[in-house]
Amino acid sequence: MYEIISEISRWAIPLTLLLVPLAAMVRGVPVFETFVEGAGEGFATAIKTIPYLVAMLVAINIFRASGAMDVLVHTLSPYLNRLGFPAEVLPHAVMRPLSGGAALGIATDLIATHGPDSFIGRLVSTMQGSTDTTFYVLTLYFGSVGISRYRYAIVSGLAADFTTLAASVFIAHQVFR
Amino acid sequence: MVNYIWLGMIVFGILTAAAHGQVEVVTKAALEGAANGVKVSLNLIAIIAFWLGIMRLAEAAGLVRALARLVRPLTAVLFPSVPREHPAMGAIIMNLSANILGLGNAATPMGLIAMQELQKLNRGDPKTATDAMCTFLALNTSCLTLIPSTIIGIRLMHGSADPTAIVGTTIFATACGMAVAVTVDRVMRYIYSNQGR
Repeated sequence: MYEIISEISRWAIPLTLLLVPLAAMVRGVPVFETFVEGAGEGFATAIKTIPYLVAMLVAINIFRASGAMDVLVHTLSPYLNRLGFPAEVLPHAVMRPLSGGAALGIATDLIATHGPDSFIGRLVSTMQGSTDTTFYVLTLYFGSVGISRYRYAIVSGLAADFTTLAASVFIAHQVFR
Repeated sequence: MVNYIWLGMIVFGILTAAAHGQVEVVTKAALEGAANGVKVSLNLIAIIAFWLGIMRLAEAAGLVRALARLVRPLTAVLFPSVPREHPAMGAIIMNLSANILGLGNAATPMGLIAMQELQKLNRGDPKTATDAMCTFLALNTSCLTLIPSTIIGIRLMHGSADPTAIVGTTIFATACGMAVAVTVDRVMRYIYSNQGR
């Protein structure tokens, strides 16, 4: 199963690159001109996200470097521990929606310390793989079209993150203990 | 909401740094964050330009609409406000497929294209997210990845006897998260529309 999916992932982009221009050519589309026209909008789209990303990453960086993140982890620890969350993975759980790079760093560290096949190693691997960096995605996607009022998007994103965390702990206890 | 979270992180961060007697780290962290934001955006230029070119071809060839038509039964339920066969649907499906296959580099540009298409359908304030955008982002941030290749690579590097042991548990956890994301999105949409927000 794993091999089949890997193969599909490996082929997906080259096949898209082959079939899309061919299909366009068959439909009589001037392929080179059309590609250039589309690609021309890439610069403006990317540049538009700068102020949004700067705003969000400044706040997250201050929160993390100042030690406020650790304070939050310490405050939440007793409650989450009572729910069966191992204390070791809490920093990862809190960091995951805020910073993908930092969360990956914590996960790598835990895997190196406890071993990849330990309970903690497998749990944190599951947590790392099962969700995305909610704040980064929201900031980037909304920023690219100039939206600054997110309404309830953060609520659904964080609800999903918390569920994924709880489900990771639950399934890890079932499968890896 | 985002205003409070943003301000909260900065205020709480500065107060904590001050309490620890190391208030100077704030300045460095702020500038580093800003530099990082610019770096991320600049790095996006190449892949966005490339995928926007390919997507323009796919659109001109009618492939995006064909894809939208193919998945209509599902998307009609999730995105009632998007007209059927609208190009936004095709871009959303391509973004989610790229996510599922773990093709992060392709997923982001497709997602940004989807947002542009959804913004074209925005009849209200152009600075405020629409229902369809919220649903799309709920799906996107909680989206299933069949093979979490980054973490598998790290496990392999640290000598795991079974690096893919976590694939099944990851899929289970994501599926739970996705189900909750869609449900919460529905409930919140209902609450907000009743309050006229």
